Amino acid sequence: MSPPREEHLLPAAPILISPPKGWADLELRELWRYRELLYFFAWRDLKVRYKQTLIGASWAVIQPFMIMIVFTIFFGRILNLPSGGLPAPLFYYSALLPWTYFVTAMSGAANSVVSNQGIITKTYFPRLVLPLSAVIPPMVDFAIAFVVLLVMMVYYGIVPGLAILTLPLFMALAILTAIAVGLWLSALNAIYRDVRHVLPFIIQLWFFISPVVYSAELLPERFQALYGLNPMAGVITGFRWAITGEGSPPGVLTLVSTAVVIATLVSGFIYFRSRETLIADVV
Amino acid sequence: MSRPAIVVEDLGKRYRIGGRTGASSFRGALKERFGRSRSTSEDAPPDHIWAVRNISFEAPLGQVTGIIGRNGAGKSTLLKILSRITRPTEGRAEVWGTVGSLLEVGTGFHPELSGRENVYLNGSILGMGRREIDRKFDEIIAFAETEAFVDTPVKHYSSGMHVRLAFAVAAHLEPEILIIDEVLAVGDINFQKRCIGKMHEVAGDGRTVLFVSHNLHAITGLCDQVLWVDEGRIRSMGPAKEQVSLYSAAALPLATKTTDPGRDKPLILSNVRLVAANGEEREDFDLFEGLSIRFDVAQTSVHKRVRFVIRIRSTEDDAVVLATTSWDSEDTYQPEGPGAFTVSCTVPPNFLNAGTYSVSVGADVPRGPAFAQLEDVRRFVIVNTASFGDGLFGARDGYLSPYQQWNITSADTDN
Repeated sequence: MSPPREEHLLPAAPILISPPKGWADLELRELWRYRELLYFFAWRDLKVRYKQTLIGASWAVIQPFMIMIVFTIFFGRILNLPSGGLPAPLFYYSALLPWTYFVTAMSGAANSVVSNQGIITKTYFPRLVLPLSAVIPPMVDFAIAFVVLLVMMVYYGIVPGLAILTLPLFMALAILTAIAVGLWLSALNAIYRDVRHVLPFIIQLWFFISPVVYSAELLPERFQALYGLNPMAGVITGFRWAITGEGSPPGVLTLVSTAVVIATLVSGFIYFRSRETLIADVV
Repeated sequence: MSRPAIVVEDLGKRYRIGGRTGASSFRGALKERFGRSRSTSEDAPPDHIWAVRNISFEAPLGQVTGIIGRNGAGKSTLLKILSRITRPTEGRAEVWGTVGSLLEVGTGFHPELSGRENVYLNGSILGMGRREIDRKFDEIIAFAETEAFVDTPVKHYSSGMHVRLAFAVAAHLEPEILIIDEVLAVGDINFQKRCIGKMHEVAGDGRTVLFVSHNLHAITGLCDQVLWVDEGRIRSMGPAKEQVSLYSAAALPLATKTTDPGRDKPLILSNVRLVAANGEEREDFDLFEGLSIRFDVAQTSVHKRVRFVIRIRSTEDDAVVLATTSWDSEDTYQPEGPGAFTVSCTVPPNFLNAGTYSVSVGADVPRGPAFAQLEDVRRFVIVNTASFGDGLFGARDGYLSPYQQWNITSADTDN
């Protein structure tokens, strides 16, 4: 049945199995070897996401678009909140895109370990693959919704400047933020199911402290650095600026946000790795 | 014995009991951290148990090592440690080569995805590369006999198709070391036959295999050496046949009573023994040799029409044979006594199939008093040392394995 097997020589070094040490090493090389699995998990989630739905991937557009309409009516028309000189729909929609991506990717990552527990307890692979692959499928939603953003820009006659070239950087920052927070939450979630109850609450709070319905410009200059502690402030502000030129170019707020993301990411990797050995036993 | 592919030294794994999760809420964790200091003693604290401990063995390169033991003995934990799913608490192991572990059929199958998609997903979860799956895809689908449904979501598959497809993927894994747990426990007899056939192929391929099963038949047929794990430790290890008979002997509990004084002692049964053709007393016999069951009788008073009864029972508690002197022959009625006798009854060769059996003996008068009985007083193992070939209906099953006369004549001879 099987094709003739090539003769295997004994490998130079064995796989060592030993009790977990206090300090986990990241074993990034091993993670690299499992990159195909990362792709397969992302592909599975994408495939499954809109199976047996009526309008499929249209949901990727409908969600942010409906929210944008509600915001435009209530915050724009009725409450008359400032929208930084931009048409209100564009102001909200350009922030809702990275925000929606972040929320979907981060919650996906946070639940990735728990929702794959059947696989975790039956087979070995670097568990890091799970939260990392979870941030990929929402990118497709993002791309679809982004097309609508382009249409809106044409409609409102907004021509992006050179700043749009920095857009991938802010997108990357959004992805890294989702990974960083997702790493922490997924490992915690595997051990403490409290995370499941706390997550919607965290998202709600986070929304209000992020500049989606308002502009970070509203805050006094001296609070900008402090506001940057919320990495999504850096992401959304930068995103809006890159697309529409609204607000001031990236400054101290963006720097602080980037630093926070890097710190959370590194600590998240280390925390996840240190819990990884435990995950199959407790999940 | 060749070079080891797996070297295990003093491996141990401790779990917390009372919920595997331990502290499963923040509150619990905080309490634990800031409450009384945690026990750090070497021995398991009262709320911990050792699932396995002091496990040391070597799995030789290119050989099949079987692991047997009761449920909860720690077999699965051991496989999980060696598959790197969970880490040991103490000890170490060296694994020389790529490992594919198959602890479940169809790990990661997603009901919404099609057969094709699941083959790719499951294959990559089991450690196959995309190109490797591309290469084997047609073979896998053919093996699973699901060609027509390759693009149907798996949720519409029958359970049989589901299992076949899952096994087909697993069967095409080609790691240097294969770790398999209890795969044969699922599916119908035909599927199990396929599994065993494939396992034979794998084993014959010179691959190192670690194989946990309750199917002692499969274990004897496939394994070179066997570890018997009991209560988290290795109870013994050695050649497959020897370990299986040791294990199955222990799996069938024997009554402690070996003589029955009987009521008012009119008749005493004792010294039940199992004797091979050459007069040797043994507990394991080849399928192709017979044995006789013997016991001593001491009769103190006169009784007419006393008969002796022998019952042979399987490990599944089925009565396989019930033999009595009164049915087998009028002439074998015991002399009226008193006196001392030896009763002997043969189990013919090529009669009982491979397996473990227990023996009970008794004496009574038909429609009269029961004088004495010894329940499950001896056990014996029938071993099939001949080639382990599968037939159309699977491995040779059941309690009987008669040597039958076959006669095949040409259809033309009638003309």
